[in-house]
Amino acid sequence: MEVIWQNHDLYWHGFLTTIALCWWAGLGALALGTVLAAFRVSPVPPLRLAGTAYVMLVRNCPLTVVLFFMAFGLPELGVNQPYERLAIVGLIVYTAAFVCEAVRSGMNSVAAGQAEAARSIGLTFTQSLRYVVLPQALRSAVPPIGSVVIAMIKNSAIVGAFGVGGELFSVGTTLTGARGLAALPVLTGVVLGYLAVTVPAGLSLQVIERKVMVAR
Amino acid sequence: MSAILYDTLGPIGRRRVAIGSAVAIAGLAVAGGLAVIRLVDAGQFQWQKWSPILNPADAQFATLWRFLAGGALHTLEAAAFAMAFSLAIGTVLASARVVAKPWYRWLLVSVIELLRGVPVVMAIFFASRVLPQVGLDLSLVWYLVIGLTAYNSVVIAEIIRAGVQALPRGQTEAAYAIGLTRGATLRLVLLPQAFRIMLPALIGQLVVVLKDTSLGAFIGYEELLRRGNIGVQNLHNPIQLYLLIAGLFIAMNLAVSRFATVVERRTSGDRRRLGGDVEAEVVAVEGQSAAAVGA
Repeated sequence: MEVIWQNHDLYWHGFLTTIALCWWAGLGALALGTVLAAFRVSPVPPLRLAGTAYVMLVRNCPLTVVLFFMAFGLPELGVNQPYERLAIVGLIVYTAAFVCEAVRSGMNSVAAGQAEAARSIGLTFTQSLRYVVLPQALRSAVPPIGSVVIAMIKNSAIVGAFGVGGELFSVGTTLTGARGLAALPVLTGVVLGYLAVTVPAGLSLQVIERKVMVAR
Repeated sequence: MSAILYDTLGPIGRRRVAIGSAVAIAGLAVAGGLAVIRLVDAGQFQWQKWSPILNPADAQFATLWRFLAGGALHTLEAAAFAMAFSLAIGTVLASARVVAKPWYRWLLVSVIELLRGVPVVMAIFFASRVLPQVGLDLSLVWYLVIGLTAYNSVVIAEIIRAGVQALPRGQTEAAYAIGLTRGATLRLVLLPQAFRIMLPALIGQLVVVLKDTSLGAFIGYEELLRRGNIGVQNLHNPIQLYLLIAGLFIAMNLAVSRFATVVERRTSGDRRRLGGDVEAEVVAVEGQSAAAVGA
């Protein structure tokens, strides 16, 4: 395990890069995913269709293919951005489809009678969404959104597998590849880095889930 | 649900929706048009970029398609092994966790929690780098299968466990009452029902396994995506080829999902008999399966 200590600055830098990457990708995916979910429940048919098509296509396409397209396809179109930025866009495009589904599953968990009651006391579409449906839907959407975000943090490792960015995963490939160090301790260090984020996040999600369950 | 959010529209509402639709269509058309202009400007509609994919008379057409078909077969092969192993090991893990005595249950739980937190690509990379160093020289497909299984078996174990917990307590009590042991109760009463109510989530996870085989590209396993990359290096048409690869993956996954819907419809009749409690649990679990992200 000496390797980890000797290269702790590299690991620490990789860890911070991963966190920064996930922060921006997470914000983008939450925003785009919520918009998509709004599309999918809106009364305007073309928007519904667009939302449904987006989710169906993106959900069934591997993130790896999306990222390869970002890395090698977009430059063909004259998009000259650094790869890190393209990778964040790729993560957003992919994760948003799952955020959309998580938000929608939250909406589905609100009993139909709630919306019907809201309408029958004369609330408009916007009012019944704002005062009745969304407050309940968002609460039960928190656990699935949380698991989507945790999955996204893990997926950010794929960005590093392209060998760019200096994030946590690529620290592993650099140390085992270029410097030829033994794989086991180096990769264990990388795994520990991911676990340091995902395990606490998963455990606190379980606590939140239990709270939400009691509240319902 | 979404249809219950609003009444059947009156004349004003219909007009508003019509205006909204027109604006939306115009917006989508403009976005699509801009994309097409960009593609034309970059020369992406030149026939030589599409010809190897679309034109059977092209010299490279047969080679490319045979090459990609071989890749798709490798993808399906790895996916089939990983799915089978994950289901088997996942069932064992779930059973072990349910019947485990408290003094060693924490060990199982921590292994499951740890493996769940590791990125799949990391697990695959780990298998391909560490196993050869400890003297396990396998062919590439096995590193991919081992990596995929390590992650997906614990996820499947958690799905099955959620299914067992969703069952009414009476099922276990009735089984004990007729004298079944803990193991027999699990095997004969709980697991079959848990599998049935969790089928949508399970098949959702199998789609994830199929998608995740594309990570084999990073360890050099020649599945569909890796062969697509090799094609791109030779034909210099990344946009066209990656769109094709994406389309092939989407088609394969939709086929698996379609299969899931058919199976679900067949079994949903029985679900009602388990009581209203299970309905609510299943909705919650379907929320979880919406979160079956994969890579």
